[in-house]
Amino acid sequence: MSVAATSPRRRRRRRARPRDRLRRWAVEAGSVALCGALLIWTLVPVYNMLLIALDPDEGETEFTGTLFPDEPSLNSFRAVVSQDYWYLEHFWQQFANSFYVGLATMALTVAIASLAAFAIGRMRLTRVRVLTNTALIIYAIPSALLAIPFIRLAQRYGLSDNIWAVIAAEVMFAIPFAVLVLQQYATIIPMELDEAARIDGASPWQVYLRIYLPLTAPALAAVGTYALLLAWGEYLYQYLLLSSERNWTVAVAIEQFFDADEAPWNYMMALAIIYSLPPIAVFYALRRYMAAGLTMGAVKG
Amino acid sequence: MSTQQVLGLRRVAIARRRPPRWHVHLHGSELAWALAFVVPYAAVFLLFAAYPIAYAIWMGSDPALYRELFDDPHYLEAAANTALFAGFAANIMMFAALLLSGFFMRRRWWIKAMLVVAMLPWALPAIPAYVSFHWMLIGDYGFLDSALWNLFGIDGPHWFNKRWLALAANMIAYIWKWLPFWTLIFLAGRMAIPQELHEAAAIDGASGYRRFLHITVPLLTNLYLISTALATVWIVGDFTASELVSGGAPSRTTEVLTTLSIHYAFDSSQPALGVAAALSALPVLIPIVVILMRRIERREVQL
Repeated sequence: MSVAATSPRRRRRRRARPRDRLRRWAVEAGSVALCGALLIWTLVPVYNMLLIALDPDEGETEFTGTLFPDEPSLNSFRAVVSQDYWYLEHFWQQFANSFYVGLATMALTVAIASLAAFAIGRMRLTRVRVLTNTALIIYAIPSALLAIPFIRLAQRYGLSDNIWAVIAAEVMFAIPFAVLVLQQYATIIPMELDEAARIDGASPWQVYLRIYLPLTAPALAAVGTYALLLAWGEYLYQYLLLSSERNWTVAVAIEQFFDADEAPWNYMMALAIIYSLPPIAVFYALRRYMAAGLTMGAVKG
Repeated sequence: MSTQQVLGLRRVAIARRRPPRWHVHLHGSELAWALAFVVPYAAVFLLFAAYPIAYAIWMGSDPALYRELFDDPHYLEAAANTALFAGFAANIMMFAALLLSGFFMRRRWWIKAMLVVAMLPWALPAIPAYVSFHWMLIGDYGFLDSALWNLFGIDGPHWFNKRWLALAANMIAYIWKWLPFWTLIFLAGRMAIPQELHEAAAIDGASGYRRFLHITVPLLTNLYLISTALATVWIVGDFTASELVSGGAPSRTTEVLTTLSIHYAFDSSQPALGVAAALSALPVLIPIVVILMRRIERREVQL
């Protein structure tokens, strides 16, 4: 900030009445207090995860009197990474499955949603707009309501205990919102670009590939990240659809600790922390796209 | 660094004119292309959404199921819990998010930094978050009770022994997870309000409170109502929080309709009853969705 910009403000401050100064001070103090409270509120559950994961003894969570483990140990992380416990036997396989589900959901969502959004928004296939609106109703229907018939359906399609049934479910949940965001985003791209390309003889496919995709890249990134995180974090369908341990995702593997009475909680927490790292990394790396893309749909309606 | 840069939010006008619609009718190969582009989407929708929905309605169409439900005290309790959960959690969360978004509009570097930290619950997947809450609140050795005892000498309650406390724990965990998302939505909404309005009001001598009341509130009302309706719908459909935080404890008194539905279907092998339990939420959900759609359509007359 330049000197010219700061000096009038300073002068105004100096002239401020004592009451105003007191008030400004109170506002500042309140902000700091709120910041502190927010910090505690946000970090306590995260700290709790670390606390349990760093506990050295297998399955002991006697934290009475300790706010930090006496001998913090990374043993539980070691156990997870080296699959050194019978609940964790297939950890890397399950980790890979989670990635597989996430990436497949991302790719399919981006491909299907961008094609549909292009046809509806850019090629003005307006009658299909009804379809997008109906699809949004999926958001209104509790996923648990769909879960029961979906399991039956997966069996009928021959997809029981198949990871593709999970991918289909995640894609179904991700797509309506993806189409909405893409359609909204595309309104800032001038229609004349498409027109010009068409006059030059480009086919709709070429317009889609050469104009639409490059220009909507930020929205595609937002939508893809959204789908990835949705698929990674979703748990009900994965839990219900996948029955054999080799096909489980990490989400389901965490859940099995819950079903057991004498499970080592520190291992579970270590697993949960490792499971949280990829989405957190993706989120913070792409948070600009994420926030822009996700709020775009919401703010504009 | 401005807040916009932190979040990558662009200033978007709330009211944007629709692009002029050309009255060109698609025909011939154009139409074929357009239809081909929509086919995958339609296929996913029909195969994996429309069909299960129709199937669910067919499964839950027997009136006897609902008689059975209403005779089950667990069902009535779950319905009450769902209503409480949606009523309290949605409104508290939205109000808190509205106030917090105002806080994050302040131009201080440490508030911007705080915003980055505050997004963490949103970035964290739901399962670890709720599992952590479960272990934080459980019994005598949960982190919260030991912290209360160590720091303040307070003997914390047994969170999952009383229905109300357990229900509150579920709500708090849910709010913890989703508050950042809604804060961000309102932050974007506030940023869409032209700064000139605030400046003009400030010149006219309006205090911060009055500016909030006469500028922010009227311009955010639509967004606030849409968000509250959406949050209500999502809460009613949420399974994970109630399943993992309290897990229905004490003795299945904190179940909600979704968990009850899944337990009917997969633990007591009564899938039709499970579908009926979930379907019974629709008479409440459908009006909310209709209002939601109307509100979303009205967005263009705003500002």
